[in-house]
Amino acid sequence: MSESFDLGKLIFGRLTLESFPFHDPIIVATFIMVALGGSALLVAVTRAGLWGYLWREWFTSIDHKRIGVMYMILGIVMLLRGFADAIMMRLHQAMAFGDSMGYLPPDHYDQIFTAHGVIMIFFVAMPFVVGLMNYMVPLQIGARDVAFPFLNNFSFWMTASGAILVMLSLFVGEFAKSGWLAYPPLTGILQSPGVGVDYYIWALQIAGVGTLLSGVNFVVTIIKMRAPGMTLMKMPVFVWTSLCTNILIVAAFPVLTAVLAMLSLDRYLDMNFFTNDLGGNAMMYVNLIWIWGHPEVYILILPVFGVFSEIVATYSGKRLFGYSSMVYATVVITILSYLVWLHHFFTMGSGATVNSFFGITTMIISIPTGAKVFNWLFTMYRGRIRFDVPMLWTVGFMVTFVIGGMTGVLLAVPPADFVLHNSLFLIAHFHNVIIGGVVFGVFAAITYWYPKVTGYKIDEFWGKLTFWFWLLGFYLAFMPLYVLGLMGVTRRMSQFDDPSLQIWFQIALVGAILIGIGIFCFLMQFYVSYRKRDQLRDETGDPWDGRTLEWSTTSPPPQYNFAFTPRVYDNDAWWQMKANGYQHPKEGFLPIHMPKNTAAGIVIAGISTVLGFALIWHMWLIAGLSFVGLIGAIIAHSFNYKRDYYIPAEEVATVELQRREVIA
Amino acid sequence: MFTKQSFSKTLLFAALAPVFLSGCNWVVMSPSGDIAAQQANLIVWATILMLIIVVPVIALTFWFAWRYRASNKKATYSPDWDHSTHLELVIWAAPLAIIIALGAMTWVSTHQLDPYRPLSRIDEGKPVPADMEPLVVEVVAMDWKWLFFYPEYDIASVNELAAPLDRPIQFKITSTTMMNSFFIPALAGQIYAMGGMETKLHAVINEVGVYDGFSANYSGAGFNGMRFKFHGLQDEDFDEWIARVKAQGENLTRPVYKELEKPSQNEPVRYYRSVMPGLYDKILNRCVDPGTLCMKDMMGGHQHAGHQPAKAEHHDAH
Repeated sequence: MSESFDLGKLIFGRLTLESFPFHDPIIVATFIMVALGGSALLVAVTRAGLWGYLWREWFTSIDHKRIGVMYMILGIVMLLRGFADAIMMRLHQAMAFGDSMGYLPPDHYDQIFTAHGVIMIFFVAMPFVVGLMNYMVPLQIGARDVAFPFLNNFSFWMTASGAILVMLSLFVGEFAKSGWLAYPPLTGILQSPGVGVDYYIWALQIAGVGTLLSGVNFVVTIIKMRAPGMTLMKMPVFVWTSLCTNILIVAAFPVLTAVLAMLSLDRYLDMNFFTNDLGGNAMMYVNLIWIWGHPEVYILILPVFGVFSEIVATYSGKRLFGYSSMVYATVVITILSYLVWLHHFFTMGSGATVNSFFGITTMIISIPTGAKVFNWLFTMYRGRIRFDVPMLWTVGFMVTFVIGGMTGVLLAVPPADFVLHNSLFLIAHFHNVIIGGVVFGVFAAITYWYPKVTGYKIDEFWGKLTFWFWLLGFYLAFMPLYVLGLMGVTRRMSQFDDPSLQIWFQIALVGAILIGIGIFCFLMQFYVSYRKRDQLRDETGDPWDGRTLEWSTTSPPPQYNFAFTPRVYDNDAWWQMKANGYQHPKEGFLPIHMPKNTAAGIVIAGISTVLGFALIWHMWLIAGLSFVGLIGAIIAHSFNYKRDYYIPAEEVATVELQRREVIA
Repeated sequence: MFTKQSFSKTLLFAALAPVFLSGCNWVVMSPSGDIAAQQANLIVWATILMLIIVVPVIALTFWFAWRYRASNKKATYSPDWDHSTHLELVIWAAPLAIIIALGAMTWVSTHQLDPYRPLSRIDEGKPVPADMEPLVVEVVAMDWKWLFFYPEYDIASVNELAAPLDRPIQFKITSTTMMNSFFIPALAGQIYAMGGMETKLHAVINEVGVYDGFSANYSGAGFNGMRFKFHGLQDEDFDEWIARVKAQGENLTRPVYKELEKPSQNEPVRYYRSVMPGLYDKILNRCVDPGTLCMKDMMGGHQHAGHQPAKAEHHDAH
């Protein structure tokens, strides 16, 4: 007994000094940069005395607008990390030909492509779309907050907690070397005994809780909290696509949780769900993860379909063409997204009939998607199109996305997929739809709604620069990958023999650099706009001659969004109000019931991070303690009865009159 | 060279001329085996079919964007026009029509080019002669190399594969541990290699050449080096290759196999003049070590001889 009891092991688990990757100069240099940058930021915040403000007004805030902004900031920060991975891969592949092994050890390269995928999907794209929904859905439906404001704060911090674990893996231990979906048997304990896969599992499990809860939150918010008069068929299209996305989240994320839980049982408790032996079958994992994974791509793309619908109508100065067919198309896509998962592995060797079924269901999705594209087209038809930056993104999206859709349908033809599967053609395809769709959509949305959030517009010059660098960079970076795919080049290769391929990788590198400049411009636009905020100021709250309710309130909206809940008569509610000469009320204000800030979200998510870290490193003592702490914190929070307060009518009146005075 | 898919390819070239001009070594589009050639053909036709709708959409996007720009006051402006039943019918019907055509094409081609289906032709207009038996090759993806068994000749090789021209090849594919994907782009599409399971691939090579083969599914540290050369040979050259393997190789006994089974990277080509009887079957059923129960004998698998593991039989049912 005495020799098996080892306090050090109980506390530190498998964490030793060797776990820190001192041997890799790239990581050490990155760490020094991050440490310096991080300390500089901490010092700056401390010297400015901002900690109290950040804590009170942001970290513990249950205001959906603040949480939305925090999601967007998380997305931007993680975008920088994900892009750093991307450019490292592009540089490596452009170099690693013939005798050159590139500059990354294979071991590091394998972690990078895994981290790139995981970060871009879970911690960039997801926070971006959830952030947009957070900020805009309550405003668009005329609500004061989401249905469960505390849950919303908690969801954000759980997502952030997952992101923190992924970032930690860079400096403490390693990340998975498995590809972004971590297929077993490669991720089984026999083949991947290290902590990489465990970082993957726990980061996604913790973030997954956040995503699932936020899905529940938004379904309830949209179903229950719409302003009077806003029937389902009068909801803005962005709200519709958000509703469908959140239904997908609620239905799909438990599958991810379950499949990762089974993988953990294999790894931690020697079970055999996905091993080669004792009746295990790794192909079950592949099926299950894609039953989550395919809806996931629609979770990302549907909200931006909504964004483009809003933008194209606004800047064309025209009603959205085919509103109801847009809604039905969204619903059809939602349902069909569950019937196509097998197209990710036609090559597993299901029979021809099974493969054709999933191939054809996949193609069917392109019908409602095609209808959407036509609806945007005919919204532009006979409009008066103002080419502000969001509209540029929209036109860029329509052209780019159609190409990505076409290559996607091509991949849905099983015999074609047999030669294109896992090739760089596939990589080009999904970047074509994710960058051309999700990223363009999110950037369009940021530019479009920025004046609502901050009260001033984004500087047009830098906005346009961002757009053009991204557009050009995207085509240069990914069109060569289509070509390489047709040359039979497979993904995740760390070194090549055939020198004739090199030029294509070099072109792709140039593209990636242009995207990098695009990201720089993207950040610059915030800085420049902030500096020029007085010139760019929008006092009206409605800078684009908008159509939906978020434009009826001031910019930035007051904490309570609307002093009076609006009444809705039309699906372009604000457009109709303006047409009827709507005047903001000047009197009769009532006290407003508001939820109170709480630290429970950040505390519980913080404990979850510790728990996750302890489980990853097998620190059983800390894991046990933090688990007890987690339960304790949840119970303690349930005894918090001071959850709400009233904003007095006089205060509402002051705020409203002051804000409206500026407009008048 | 003028081949059967030249017409459709010319069409695609015309459509995507600027990109295609440099297409000198696009193995996926100009392969050397009949199956891969049909797959390339399918890619071309499916693309053309979709371009029917994609090109007009892109053109309309630019046209509308230009025509209805705010500064063009001559263009009609109808801010409340948001519905037209006729137009909506077209909007839904046009993609539907394309998808019906593409769906039919998918159904037929998926069945025709099903990797499990024995070949009915060796090239366009050349059916498989009645007395020609396929060359059986048993493929094992290992960490991280490929092992090929030729049961007909009782030989095996590592990281080198050869086949005679115009004779159907039947691949039976499995893996020792990781999931890999067996892919020779010039020959035919890929299929996964999975532990304890068997997948199949039927193909034929029509032109002499040395082609690249590799794993198309990332399988860990040595994945990058899981590459081999596939030799398409004239009959007499193939016989010579067999003879060379017989002359140069060692015997693939259990101990030799156990040594080979250990994870290794960038393995050189190896030959084996003879193979321990039933080795492939034992690898597939995960019972190479003496005394281990074969998977096919577990869970009531005794009903009939030659019973494959559950998964493999499921595949054969199609």
